[in-house]
Amino acid sequence: MKHVLENIESQFEMFQVLNEKGEIVNKDAMPDLSDEQLKELMTRMVYTRVLDQRSIALNRQGRLGFYAPTAGQEASQLGSHYALDKEDYILPGYRDVPQLIWHGLPLYQAFLFSRGHFHGNQMPEGVNALSPQIIIGAQYVQAAGVALGLKKRGKKNVAITYTGDGGTSQGDFYEGMNFAAAYKANAIFIVQNNGFAISVPRDKQTAAKTLAQKAVAAGIEGIQVDGMDVLAVYAATKHARERAINGEGPTLIETLTYRYGPHTMAGDDPTRYRTSDLDSEWEKKDPLVRFRTFLENKNLWSEEEENKVIEKAKAEIKDAIKQADKYPKQKVTDLISNMFETLPTNLEEQMEEYKEKESK
Amino acid sequence: MAQKTMIQAITDALRIELKNDENVLVFGEDVGKNGGVFRATEGLQDEFGEDRVFDTPLAESGIGGLATGLALQGYRPVPEIQFFGFVYEVMDSINGQMARMRYRSGNTKNAPITIPSPFGGGVHTPELHADSLEGLIAQQPGIKVVIPSTPYDAKGLLLASIRDNDPVVFLEHMKLYRSFRGEVPDEDYTIELGKADVKREGKDVTIISYGAMVHAALKAADELAKDNIEAEVIDLRTVSPIDYETIIKSVEKTNHAIVVQEAQRQAGVAANVVAEIQERAILHLEAPVLRVTAPDTVYPFSEAEEIWLPDHKDIIEKVNEVMNF
Repeated sequence: MKHVLENIESQFEMFQVLNEKGEIVNKDAMPDLSDEQLKELMTRMVYTRVLDQRSIALNRQGRLGFYAPTAGQEASQLGSHYALDKEDYILPGYRDVPQLIWHGLPLYQAFLFSRGHFHGNQMPEGVNALSPQIIIGAQYVQAAGVALGLKKRGKKNVAITYTGDGGTSQGDFYEGMNFAAAYKANAIFIVQNNGFAISVPRDKQTAAKTLAQKAVAAGIEGIQVDGMDVLAVYAATKHARERAINGEGPTLIETLTYRYGPHTMAGDDPTRYRTSDLDSEWEKKDPLVRFRTFLENKNLWSEEEENKVIEKAKAEIKDAIKQADKYPKQKVTDLISNMFETLPTNLEEQMEEYKEKESK
Repeated sequence: MAQKTMIQAITDALRIELKNDENVLVFGEDVGKNGGVFRATEGLQDEFGEDRVFDTPLAESGIGGLATGLALQGYRPVPEIQFFGFVYEVMDSINGQMARMRYRSGNTKNAPITIPSPFGGGVHTPELHADSLEGLIAQQPGIKVVIPSTPYDAKGLLLASIRDNDPVVFLEHMKLYRSFRGEVPDEDYTIELGKADVKREGKDVTIISYGAMVHAALKAADELAKDNIEAEVIDLRTVSPIDYETIIKSVEKTNHAIVVQEAQRQAGVAANVVAEIQERAILHLEAPVLRVTAPDTVYPFSEAEEIWLPDHKDIIEKVNEVMNF
């Protein structure tokens, strides 16, 4: 009798390009990116870090609503996104607002999403994405459908979906991968393993040694990646994308990462379930720090350049908040209009009732 | 007597029953070390150990199946669903399996499971966190639905629910968790399931409600009293089964009634109450029984929820309508 679990983790060794010191450790895997593209990746990560800091501050001032902090996960989020084509379709989780922004969702709409205004969910023409999914795992099964649709239409594009380590416990996670695999659909499944499903540590969620190995049962490739290494995440996603559009089926990518902040800004206190030692252990792996060192060593980045990005981000965030403030408040009659193509009689009556209420 | 919030009353009840019955197990997402996202299970894992109070993987369907299986092994599971908006993920376990256990086993097996879950609106949560989905469960035969409106009721009803030998969905309105304190005795007590409570006596009109809307009804009743309308406010406390005896007794006295629910209008608990009143007491009515409900849209994005949710002004308007019929 063969015991397949023995040493299974050796099959899923963490893929890394850039180590914590910003040194290339895997030359062969170094993605083919121009200097401008490397700088663009850094720009996006710095910008997104500023956006996170400002969003947390704005939430504390009561100027934003629901917000799930992103600091620590920039390489996982933006490295994977940078490997995509504009026509690729994103099915994000609730923490994946940065990918939507870099896919074309205007910042003021991201703020309206946070405030609970439906306009935040209205993707502009040409932004191929769903608004962030709240039900953990639901996006995984839907990704199978989007991916199959792309394949049926003969598109050289992928559906990419994101969840966290917690999401891998949901039945939908397995169903999504299994369906996409059975149809060899153009899908990429990303798991941003930040170590905690709100408060529950990864080792209490599953007996599996890695999350990447969960791909095996679905019959697809699984890769574990250093999620703090933007070049590794980019390279892995690029590889998965090429396989998908060449008809070689979906890929599951587990990125090992960490969220520095709380689960969301709605009262979660990470000190109840994480130690400060663990925090600092992960801060040493910071995606911005190591990529900055790498770029500085290549004379591609400077403090001055970084400050420019920071100032630009701050100014754009300020403008976007103003724009969100000016956007018309949502009304119950708007919500009624958004229910059906043609209003049924009960809603027609209620529409009149609320029109009258709103006119007072 | 101690003044407690509803969340403290709930923790109290869980602690009493964990002590009282070694078969009681409390589990769910973040209920262990974190003490629950609303702190309903604060300190319980430290006190009773990880064998009795534990975190589960993030999977509502798994939680429901685990509870059903543990019940078959003689345990009395208390599986929390973190937000009742996530109930769709566990709908088969609740309505398809637990609720039918006694029936499909020919009354040889039962599912003494209590599912506590935060629900209701007005606290600015993201999508699918705030909703009034009690009607989905109330329509299912074989399972009870309990909704307390005060800390006192929460403790007594939760203890009765856990001790009940059939499944119970125990819905805790998020807005009531910490909005006020009430008297809660430290000792063990239960409130019989399926019994409504007259929260305010009156002779002119009966306002029937449950959950957070009971407080809107009481506020409306205070205002109406200034216009010499004495409203009787009935808190259903259990929306499945419903205590029609208390309702009919009141309607026979007041001859006027309205029903208030936070849920949308279509196919709700209120519609059921209206139907039963007209079947049982139509000759006592001097006006149609009207409803105050939310409109038939999906629960609104948080920015619009204050206008969307029914309030005491809507209740006053409907009461005046039945009084002037």
